[in-house]
Amino acid sequence: MKLIDWLLSDPTLVYLTIPLVKVAIIFVVLVGSVPVLVLFERKLIGFIQQRPGPNRVGPWGILQTLVDGIKLLLKEDFIPPGAVKPIFILAPLLALVPAMLSVTIIPWGPPIQVTIDGIAHTISLGLADGISVGILFYFAATSIGVYGIVLAGWSSNNKYSLLGGIRSTAQLISYELALSLGLVGVLLLVGSFEINALVDSQAGGFWNWNVVKQPMGFLMFLVAGFGETNRLPFDLPEGESELGAGFHTEYSSMRFAMFFMAEYMNIFTFSAVISTLFLGGFHGPIDPALLGIEVNQWIAAAFGVFWLGGKIIALFFLFVWIRATFPRLRYDQMMNLSWKVFFPLGVVNIMLTAGIVAFAPDQPAVQTGALFVAGIAQIVGLDAIANAAKRRALGHVS
Amino acid sequence: MLADFAKGMLITFRHIFKPRVTVEYPEVKRPQSPIFRGRHILQRYENGLERCVGCALCAAACPPEAIYLEARENDPAAPVSAGERYSEVYQIHLLRCIWCGFCEEACPEDAIVMGPEFELANYSRRAFVLNKNDMLDTADKGFGTPPDLIVNFPL
Ligand code: SF4
Ligand code: SF4
Repeated sequence: MKLIDWLLSDPTLVYLTIPLVKVAIIFVVLVGSVPVLVLFERKLIGFIQQRPGPNRVGPWGILQTLVDGIKLLLKEDFIPPGAVKPIFILAPLLALVPAMLSVTIIPWGPPIQVTIDGIAHTISLGLADGISVGILFYFAATSIGVYGIVLAGWSSNNKYSLLGGIRSTAQLISYELALSLGLVGVLLLVGSFEINALVDSQAGGFWNWNVVKQPMGFLMFLVAGFGETNRLPFDLPEGESELGAGFHTEYSSMRFAMFFMAEYMNIFTFSAVISTLFLGGFHGPIDPALLGIEVNQWIAAAFGVFWLGGKIIALFFLFVWIRATFPRLRYDQMMNLSWKVFFPLGVVNIMLTAGIVAFAPDQPAVQTGALFVAGIAQIVGLDAIANAAKRRALGHVS
Repeated sequence: MLADFAKGMLITFRHIFKPRVTVEYPEVKRPQSPIFRGRHILQRYENGLERCVGCALCAAACPPEAIYLEARENDPAAPVSAGERYSEVYQIHLLRCIWCGFCEEACPEDAIVMGPEFELANYSRRAFVLNKNDMLDTADKGFGTPPDLIVNFPL
């Protein structure tokens, strides 16, 4: 209490305190979300496979991931002979730190006005949501995260790790392309990189969400996100069946736990980013103002956290569901998907979007309708092409 | 193609609500087949005499030579088994045993049979060498009943 009194005593210190408190909260939420997500995933995959999932440690297995974490901490921290030691030690940090950084751009609710000692402060519910590069920061941070995986694979002095690292390089370059192409449509509509502008453009109701205006962009962004976060069916860097455990084969103890945490933080962040870009961010499906309900700023902020959190959980459910459903892609299939399907489709989507924005600049309703029809038409076209390809591939069988 | 994806995902989604097929093992155990081959049991007759006559046919039949036994003449005043001889030492090395059940088939006296016991984890390798006392049927386990599979072999 003394500390808080002191921090609030000086008006200039308040400017320091507010971000520090936000950092603390976001850090705790992010780190705390990892065991919850892991348990959720193990339970759900268990249910899908008609097993109970972890259920021994604590009621409903709640403490399972904590116990696993303690077990990892107590394991021997082994550095293989022949590994490049400094890089071997650096690599998990390079994976973990960008994963933590990238979540800072997410705004969790509308800003709050408070007055401390007669000075009005506007507190945004995000750490770096005001930065002008906005969404580009996410791409930058995740791209640095790739170095962690590549360097881990290279420095381990193990051929399987190296193969995993090389795969992840090629995969992430390819999927970052699809990710960016899926995003460009949104950027054309909003005209800004700034996260707050992107979120505000989707306020009002679900018909304003970018997923309605950019169905194809959303689909591409979602699939590319699976590639970007190394999740099944795109987890080739660690493909167990052919590479041992891929890039982290040689890692043990806490260093392995860092990769593990980075993976789940990346999923968390990616879910938050795709919610923010395409699913209205912290806005609910219907703006309470439209229903004639006045909410004060605290309730609005609480609803922001609720809606964004709910969207993140729903997307994580999707991640796990897809993991439990589809097998891992072959390497060439994955490359084909990115370069031969998403790249041309992304270009088509950008041209259609740009055309519609250019021809109907001031009629939002017409724009939304045209964009929705164009997006659905693209998805139907993609489906038709895929069906034709499938028929061709199965031609000699049936 | 997208319809195929949706179909696959629908199947996995439906499985979430299906009943669990795994059982909570230490508390719940699955029923065993009557011909389950678990840990060996050395049987006795109703009067308490051992069935094993020390003929060593089981040891001869055992492919990995997991059985070791030493036979002795019975003392007619205080017989240990129903035959002329009995096995004084009878050991089975469970880490060598391949659970083939040949010993059970070879035994002319139905003395050695494979029981239902399968929870055999232990802390030392030595503990896996079973002696006669580890395998002999005791009265409370109802000795004297010939194994079910010999009377009533399910085919
Ligand atoms: S089950 Fe087979 S391996 Fe085991 S003791 Fe009997 S004969 Fe030998
Ligand atoms: S167990 Fe059966 S086969 Fe083995 S020595 Fe005894 S009587 Fe002979």
